[in-house]
Amino acid sequence: MAAPVSSERPPPTEEEWSAMQASPEFVELRKRLRNFVFPVTAAFLGWYAAYVLLATYAPEFMSIRVLGNINLGLLMGLAQFVTTFGITAWYVRFADRRLDPLSAKLRDELEAAK
Amino acid sequence: MTPTVLAQGIAESSPILNITIFGLFVVVTLAIVIKVSRQASSGASDFFTAGGGFSGPQNGVAISGDYLSAASFLGIAGAIALNGYDGFLYSVGFLVAWLVALLLVAELLRNTGKYTMGDVLAFRMRQRPVRAAAATSTLAVSFFYLLAQMAGAGGLVALLLNVTDKTQQAIVIAIVGLVMIAYVLIGGMRGTTWVQIIKAVLLIAGAGIMTIWVLALYGFNLSALLGDAVLRAGDAGQALLNPGQQYGKSELSKLDFLSLAIALVLGTAGLPHILMRFYTVPTAKEARRSVVWAIWLIGLFYVFTLVLGYGAGALVGPEAIRAAPGGANSAAPLLAFELGGTLLLGVIAAVAFATILAVVAGLTITASASFAHDIYLNVIKRGEVTDPNAEVRVARITAIVIGVVAIGGGIVANGQNIAFLVALAFAVAASANLPTILYSLFWRRFNTTGALFSIYGGLLATVVLIVFSPVVSGKPVDPVTGRSASMLQGVDFAWFPLDNPGIVSIPLSFLLGAIGTFLGREAGGAQRYAEMEVRSLTGAGAETAVAH
Repeated sequence: MAAPVSSERPPPTEEEWSAMQASPEFVELRKRLRNFVFPVTAAFLGWYAAYVLLATYAPEFMSIRVLGNINLGLLMGLAQFVTTFGITAWYVRFADRRLDPLSAKLRDELEAAK
Repeated sequence: MTPTVLAQGIAESSPILNITIFGLFVVVTLAIVIKVSRQASSGASDFFTAGGGFSGPQNGVAISGDYLSAASFLGIAGAIALNGYDGFLYSVGFLVAWLVALLLVAELLRNTGKYTMGDVLAFRMRQRPVRAAAATSTLAVSFFYLLAQMAGAGGLVALLLNVTDKTQQAIVIAIVGLVMIAYVLIGGMRGTTWVQIIKAVLLIAGAGIMTIWVLALYGFNLSALLGDAVLRAGDAGQALLNPGQQYGKSELSKLDFLSLAIALVLGTAGLPHILMRFYTVPTAKEARRSVVWAIWLIGLFYVFTLVLGYGAGALVGPEAIRAAPGGANSAAPLLAFELGGTLLLGVIAAVAFATILAVVAGLTITASASFAHDIYLNVIKRGEVTDPNAEVRVARITAIVIGVVAIGGGIVANGQNIAFLVALAFAVAASANLPTILYSLFWRRFNTTGALFSIYGGLLATVVLIVFSPVVSGKPVDPVTGRSASMLQGVDFAWFPLDNPGIVSIPLSFLLGAIGTFLGREAGGAQRYAEMEVRSLTGAGAETAVAH
């Protein structure tokens, strides 16, 4: 579990932070992140809201039997589990491929800037 | 077996065995805590965040240990056993909530903070007022949650050790509190993390074994299991599979459920003891891995409770559960007894106690860290202390104080309906903390006034609405027990109709954050936002792990 202690170089100055924030690569990183997490968050919250509203206000619909004693409500609830796992795996892949390389590059630039 | 015999089955099932297994858990974990504390340095980083030295998977297991409280295990299984589907709805909310943490909070928090939520909220604001607000909110949430756990310990004791005398229950609560204080003082974050890892493994494995056992009895046919639960429940049977048993009774109760559902899904990412767990790893990427592991484990566990709940309904039966001490909470232990006799019951009982112990340890260390780091170091001492060990010393003293208060509170609150305390904690976390965290991380314009408005406003709104809700006063008296379900008997000053204020307090807090920002005089510190945004996304300048 040992990790290197941060080196002795001085931290980036305010100008350097601002410059990085304005740089096209950082803008790209921010865009990639926001274009993923904001819509996906809206989507899963919407799906969760639909599920909760159906369970609360349309119990007869949720009670429709599908497989023996297993009804639509149970399937939808389990579907919430499946989508949660799915979104988790999707985000991990996305972050690994589209975020981490770029953020690592920018981090190295900032920390090596001296 | 008639219901009463089965209920006595718990009581006579050998409290000695239960205590022995639990005692074994305490001894083993204390030994581990002492051992790992020898490897530690004495610094603040080690006490508060274990020097950032846990790996993603280890931390993920610890997070699930922190999150899966006795309420999750006993409460949800019991709710499903008695009320069927509506109990399952709870667990969906508890799980989906983690996506908020994964996508919006975990990594960004890790990159911009050091030990506490206050670090992030105060990053580009005026330090002292915002840190005071963050600490206030942290202490409030931790206190409600802690009280619920400690009072729950009293109820658990009645259930599993047949200790019905209030004084004896008080003694057990005190012992739980003292052991917890020992974990925190000796082991700090490192020790408590190991306790949580051990407890999580025991809890998930225990639930897993019971689940497979139950399913095997039905030939791994879920539909057959459900069918049997329906049969066992008699007239109410069919309704068990459908939503509405618990929450569908009136328009008001439906709205109440919506409010609860919102508070659950948004509260998790604002719980201070969860947020602190993002700092016990070396990098943001490991924070991400932690949450991923936690999501899989927590999701798996809630699938288990689905089977266990209906399994208890089918194999034990609702009458037996209701008749047993502890009511719904007895479903899982009774099922354990039904499956594996006194030994399995002993193990499950010990796991339930261990669960409480681990969760209260996590809450205490979070609250003490917040007080020591946010209030003592940054507000009182303005960030400068001559003695490098002062911060940790203050945290230790705070932990003792919190432990004593929690013991006292738990004894007083013993016997109360404590589920509302956990719901209150989630509502406060969702109202006071989450909007402020999201605005801080994503909204350039957000400023100190906005932060103060959303934290204090959210906290106040939630507490006021709960105080004037049916939870505290005014519920009708139950003719069977002669008691009203409200906290206070014989008075009614409730004007807010819902048990859970989330549906009002959460949007209100977002609104207050915005209003405060526009009213505030600062421009939001564009320069500091540059640093915060770049740090949060790239990890440059983040607190690194301490070599050890």
